Amino acid sequence: MSVVAEMPQNTTTPKLQQHDYPTLFEIGSKGLSAVSLSKSDVPAVDRKAAVPAELLADTTPALPEVGELDLVRHYKRLAHRCFSIDENFYPLGSCTMKYNPRINERAAAMGGFANAHPYQDDADAQGVLELLYRLRCDLAEIAGLPEVTLQPAAGAHGEMTGLMIINAYHRARGENRQTVLTPDSAHGTNPATCTVCGRASVSVKSLPNGRMDLDDLRAKTDNDTVALMITNPNTVGVFDETIADVAEILHAKGAQLYLDGANMNAILGITRPGDFGVDVMHYNTHKTFSTPHGCGGPGAGPVGVAEHLRPFLPVPQVVKKGDGTFAWCSDRPDTIGKVRSFMGQIGVLVRAYTYIRGLGSDGLRDVADKSVLAANYLAAKLKDRYPMPFPAPYAHEFITVPDFAGADEHDIAKRLIDHGIHPPTMSWPIHHCLMIEPTETESLRTLDRFVEVMLSIADEIESNPEVVRGAPHTTPVGRLDEVTASRKPNVRWRPE
Amino acid sequence: MRYTQFTDSDVKHMLSTIGVKSIDELFKPVPAGLRLKGALDIPSGLSELELLDDVGALAANNSPCCERVCFLGGGAYDHFIPTMVDSLAGQTEFLTAYTPYQAEASQGVLQLFYEFQTMICMLTGMEVANASLYEGATATAEAVTMATAITRRNKAIVVDNVHPDTLSVLKTYDRDRHVETVAVPAAGGVVDEAALRAALGKDTACVVIQSPNFYGCVERLDRIIPMIHEHGALAIVAADPLAGGVLKTPGEFDADLVVGEGQCLGIPLQYGGPYLGLLAGREKYLRKMPGRVVGVAEDAQGRRGFCLVLQAREQHIKRERATSNVCTNQGLMAIRASIYMAAMGRKGIAEVASQCFDKAHYAADQIASLDGYELAFDAPFFKEFAVRTTHDVPTVLASCRKRGIEAGVHLGRFGDRLNDCFVVAVTEKRTKAQIDDLVDALQDA
Ligand SMILES: Cc1ncc(COP(=O)(O)O)c(C=O)c1O
Repeated sequence: MSVVAEMPQNTTTPKLQQHDYPTLFEIGSKGLSAVSLSKSDVPAVDRKAAVPAELLADTTPALPEVGELDLVRHYKRLAHRCFSIDENFYPLGSCTMKYNPRINERAAAMGGFANAHPYQDDADAQGVLELLYRLRCDLAEIAGLPEVTLQPAAGAHGEMTGLMIINAYHRARGENRQTVLTPDSAHGTNPATCTVCGRASVSVKSLPNGRMDLDDLRAKTDNDTVALMITNPNTVGVFDETIADVAEILHAKGAQLYLDGANMNAILGITRPGDFGVDVMHYNTHKTFSTPHGCGGPGAGPVGVAEHLRPFLPVPQVVKKGDGTFAWCSDRPDTIGKVRSFMGQIGVLVRAYTYIRGLGSDGLRDVADKSVLAANYLAAKLKDRYPMPFPAPYAHEFITVPDFAGADEHDIAKRLIDHGIHPPTMSWPIHHCLMIEPTETESLRTLDRFVEVMLSIADEIESNPEVVRGAPHTTPVGRLDEVTASRKPNVRWRPE
Repeated sequence: MRYTQFTDSDVKHMLSTIGVKSIDELFKPVPAGLRLKGALDIPSGLSELELLDDVGALAANNSPCCERVCFLGGGAYDHFIPTMVDSLAGQTEFLTAYTPYQAEASQGVLQLFYEFQTMICMLTGMEVANASLYEGATATAEAVTMATAITRRNKAIVVDNVHPDTLSVLKTYDRDRHVETVAVPAAGGVVDEAALRAALGKDTACVVIQSPNFYGCVERLDRIIPMIHEHGALAIVAADPLAGGVLKTPGEFDADLVVGEGQCLGIPLQYGGPYLGLLAGREKYLRKMPGRVVGVAEDAQGRRGFCLVLQAREQHIKRERATSNVCTNQGLMAIRASIYMAAMGRKGIAEVASQCFDKAHYAADQIASLDGYELAFDAPFFKEFAVRTTHDVPTVLASCRKRGIEAGVHLGRFGDRLNDCFVVAVTEKRTKAQIDDLVDALQDA
């Protein structure tokens, strides 16, 4: 079996006309709808009598008018034009694109969860409250921290929540600290979160071996330091063994250690953030706990805190009462308040619970083992052709900085698409890199095929670099002119 | 459960390729002193059947509102969800894809988000929209951030009849971001125009108005928005995207930014989330928007495609100077909403809005004619209205619940001021017979 994709096909395809990929607004006919609604059985209200004329609509919103079958075909075609975990190997570093178990979807769709209203009585929601309570406790145990809030909507929202908690803590101690340290390899949401929380972010250097430069950290930590936001295993894919020293440097100045938990997959059951000095952390359930990414959400970003930060957690919190029943509790005088409406991304949390309880403590540990094994295996197989700036062993992901004359990391990434493989993360956290995260759920067969494809691309760059530079060749469109698209943005359809 | 696929011999082969003796060796960088001793204190794993029993028992130990006749609203509504939505949004190509950074491998969902943005513009009357935020309250907080950046002013005025969670969330956000939110009291359920005028000043960045508001009342946007503009402030309207079938859209009143909770567009109640944050605005503010925005692009052969645009606004490029820290948003919920809007179409969405309106008015008339009940406010409304009663509200609601009816949301749970009121939401799903049952139940309560 050849691993080389079929030769470029669409180079000979005639230029496709707009109507070959019509939008909803370009199909359909006046008066069509794909829904059959019941007839109203109440008297029609005289609108003019009920609402001042100035407020009444003169017309109806001009939504598309498409019949049911055509609509099904439309969305079917759109679905076919997406890479997904269910169809493609997806080694997208930092994003933990692991298999999203079917049973999670089944659980979340159960009527007892899906059809519950946020304002129904606690007494009618005991099952979901108990689930959330158990999840809260499981996540606290995995973190090695005493309490977790389930409210935040995603990782970045968890970061914001965590930093707000830390700000509240300093404020309660009569301090007005203003700077937050972030490593130069930090994810973009970390510094952006500092700004959202009204704080200045100051970058801390990394050493050539990918670890934090402790001297630089020491120099930058002072009485104005709110916290350090760190990722560990870090974004270059190594566990920073100096983490305990990092914590000590911060704590000596009264600053807090914030952990971006994006990479928790690699340490489940191996080591716990609370045990290595972390004061606050967030999880990404859509990475570590297999809740689907859904083309960019919904996720969830539960936040765990150390004892001294518990008073500041958001409300309401799910609690177990003395009589064994469960309830929402808002009795927390020093709380930062609510960070979103209602109580959280419940449907996502149901999936995370299902995943955690399905795996159990042994299964979670197995996740860490196998994800780290998979990453180190790929690294070992690729290292001769793909230089890796940081020394092995890696955690669950690793970085290569390809060094070919004929093509760059972009080209390699795009060429992978022709082989049905989603590109790795590109150009972050260091220039010109590819960040590869296989996750624990792939088979050895898939990993070996990936290696084969990567090596074939390396050969191809030497023998036929234009093919790589012109990739992808098998997609509905080639590389798009994103610069022009942003200079003159057309972000909504309009009739000609 | 186990979702890993390496056999013992695979593991052996992999270890020898790496050149280590055990998986444990790969964890060498984790200092021994920091290693977890023993196992996590979490129950051991379950089989599929056991897991279904475990989660199933928790699901069964709820009595979801939809087992009763549901008049609960307050930002989350029991609207009809066409089969098309679950069926098409459930395609796992959508479910299991990441944010479409890789345009060539994501044309389907990029086009879908482009269509979503367009339809949100149509329902709000705005020129541009983003591809989703977390939910309604955080979308409002993001819009306030935008307004302060656009106007370079730092005071936000919020009328206190917006969703209580919106107020809470704004307060939480403001404490750290140096925006000052001032709540202006409503009068008679709606914006007190005199109080608002008095509060407006040269430092006002924006005014947040919800219409229909938390009590269901429709605001006089035709008078309020010009007043806001006189002071050089932006008008942020929190809207019900379905209301456009009956009411003029915020865009027609010259709103600057429209935010909203998109749950009503085909998203199940799910006990409060995940829902869908909407953000739309005037084109000139596009570069200040947070979140993903999809636009049309061309490839080298001139073929039309779609990609994320204006990424230089976002955290992965701009870092601390980004317009927001949002990264993962509510992709799949936007997909659901898109399919809902497309399936309904122009006719369907107008019919849904019209039935909500007619049925809510029918219910309000009947309830107001009962002894001990009156409409709390006489402002116009769309699908939801507040009822004041001389009875004890929790008792009334409990007695309706016993008859299989969720009669409404008690306003007393958000503060004492309207302790004698509850809000009733009537969607197109309710029938005349169900409304008549509600009226009987209230009468007997
Ligand atoms: C290291 C890291 N931190 C933070 C985030 C942000 O998380 P989210 O996208 O859930 O907001 C991500 C992922 O996108 C990440 O990889």
